Amino acid sequence: MRALEVDGLRKCFGGFAALRGVDLHVDEGELFGVIGPNGSGKTTFFNCVTGTLKCSAGKVAFKGREITNAAPDAIYRMGIGRTFQLIELFPGMTVLENMLLALQERQGSMLGRLFRIREETNERQALELLEFLRIAHLQDELARNLSYGEQKLLDFGMVMMSNPGLILLDEPTCGVEIQMRQQMMHHIKELNKQGTTIIVIEHNMDVVMNLCTRIVVLDTGEKIAEGSPQEIQNNQKVIDAYFGAEE
Amino acid sequence: MAQANHAMKLRSVLIGWALALLLLLLPVFVFKSQYLLYISSLTCIYMIVACGLNIVLGYAGQISLAQAGFLGIGAYVCALLGPTLSFWVVLPLAGLVCFVIGLGLGFPSLRVKTHFLAMVTLGFTVIVYLILVNEENWTGGPFGVFNIPRPKIGSLSFSSPANYHIIVALVTFILLLLAFWGLNSQWGRAFKAIRENEARAEMLGVNLRNYKLMAFAIGSAFAGVGGALIAPLFGYIDPTMFALGFSFQFLLMVVVGGVGRFEGPLLGAMIVAILPEMLRVTEKYFPVIFALAAILIMVFMPKGSVSAVDWAYKKITGKEEPHLTK
Repeated sequence: MRALEVDGLRKCFGGFAALRGVDLHVDEGELFGVIGPNGSGKTTFFNCVTGTLKCSAGKVAFKGREITNAAPDAIYRMGIGRTFQLIELFPGMTVLENMLLALQERQGSMLGRLFRIREETNERQALELLEFLRIAHLQDELARNLSYGEQKLLDFGMVMMSNPGLILLDEPTCGVEIQMRQQMMHHIKELNKQGTTIIVIEHNMDVVMNLCTRIVVLDTGEKIAEGSPQEIQNNQKVIDAYFGAEE
Repeated sequence: MAQANHAMKLRSVLIGWALALLLLLLPVFVFKSQYLLYISSLTCIYMIVACGLNIVLGYAGQISLAQAGFLGIGAYVCALLGPTLSFWVVLPLAGLVCFVIGLGLGFPSLRVKTHFLAMVTLGFTVIVYLILVNEENWTGGPFGVFNIPRPKIGSLSFSSPANYHIIVALVTFILLLLAFWGLNSQWGRAFKAIRENEARAEMLGVNLRNYKLMAFAIGSAFAGVGGALIAPLFGYIDPTMFALGFSFQFLLMVVVGGVGRFEGPLLGAMIVAILPEMLRVTEKYFPVIFALAAILIMVFMPKGSVSAVDWAYKKITGKEEPHLTK
């Protein structure tokens, strides 16, 4: 079954087309990569899928259900989670509160949440995940006091918290030192082994070639190639997009 | 371990609330002067309205200058329906009316933020004032409404300042308890998330419109109940009592007390209600001294006067004071 199906996706900012009719699909359980030079439309693609930006044209479907231009909160509750290239946390809330917030809106009704004071099960789940990410000792620390790498891990933990059907990771290893990068890659692989569909945007070719089973390459808002890491590495259009075509 | 921690936390919360009830009722046993009892009741009412504003501003991060308007609506609901309906019906009704108007006002206006929202809510308070002045047939116009009675239960009258303070203190206690409950539920966390990072909160499933609307409507309802309590306290109301300046006074209570801290605006309400009374001896210099005191508090305690309590707590116990809500 298709986890995500994107058909003719266009996004224009005034006269500038950031995405020009992108078609792609991601199967359930796949670890899928989206690469491309700076300004190729990768993050715009994520923003359109998650409802942060309204699509100018085209369709987006999640598990067969159309979600084009649905509100970001509704898309999250359907089961699509994401992380950010520039970390987006709640700096004045503790690590544990950040984790709990990531789960609460997917449980029960809004009225029910008014009566939910004790959250032992959620807290236990959050602590287990923080243990898994090796940042459990920071549970009572304000998110703003964490190092960049720890914030990246927390961002990743938050997206795992609600156990979404599809996770979009926007440059998960960007700005992270080598040891932490290995750790992040290990976590992503583990999560995928458990059956979660993952789409990764990444500039680091080693990471993307190691992680993903299938890759799409975007350039100036268009899909220029799709295939296995091996096929992508040897694709002339991709080489031209990154290094420039010969005259 | 978790169970033991929870039991200990619950016990401290219960003791805290029992002490709060005692403090709220204390003036009845300590003060004989009608004037001091009046100031005590006024402080409690300010606490209710400031607590409501803190939910909107301190927790959900939406600036509102509509509190004076809602206070006025609550007061006029109480004054105009008082002769026909029991006070015990009018009191929750004033809150309900303001809750509904808050939903109606919030639905279109919460699409805008920051100073734009401040302008919209400022406009609302001005409109309420103009309606109260001009709709003479309903509101008595600039002359207001006289002889607003204090409540009774059978033959038991609450018209004396001490007896009326018991009602004000109990209503304050109940409303503060309800606010404490709500802010410690998952709603409190969602409000805080909206304040911290609205876009990210939405991407974690937080329905911004619904949560902001609820925060705004609850804050309005608190002001409405405050209005229904203030009308019988004064015995007379007129539109000038609910003009725009009052909204800034509530904003001052929240900012001077401590934005986003449950106990902050309660402290702020005490300062704003009691300080002017203490400064009466300074006569014409009172506004200057009051403004200077408020500025000094904001300069030296940017997180509000509650940070002085935090400092004292840390000095005595050597530990950080725990926050009362999520």
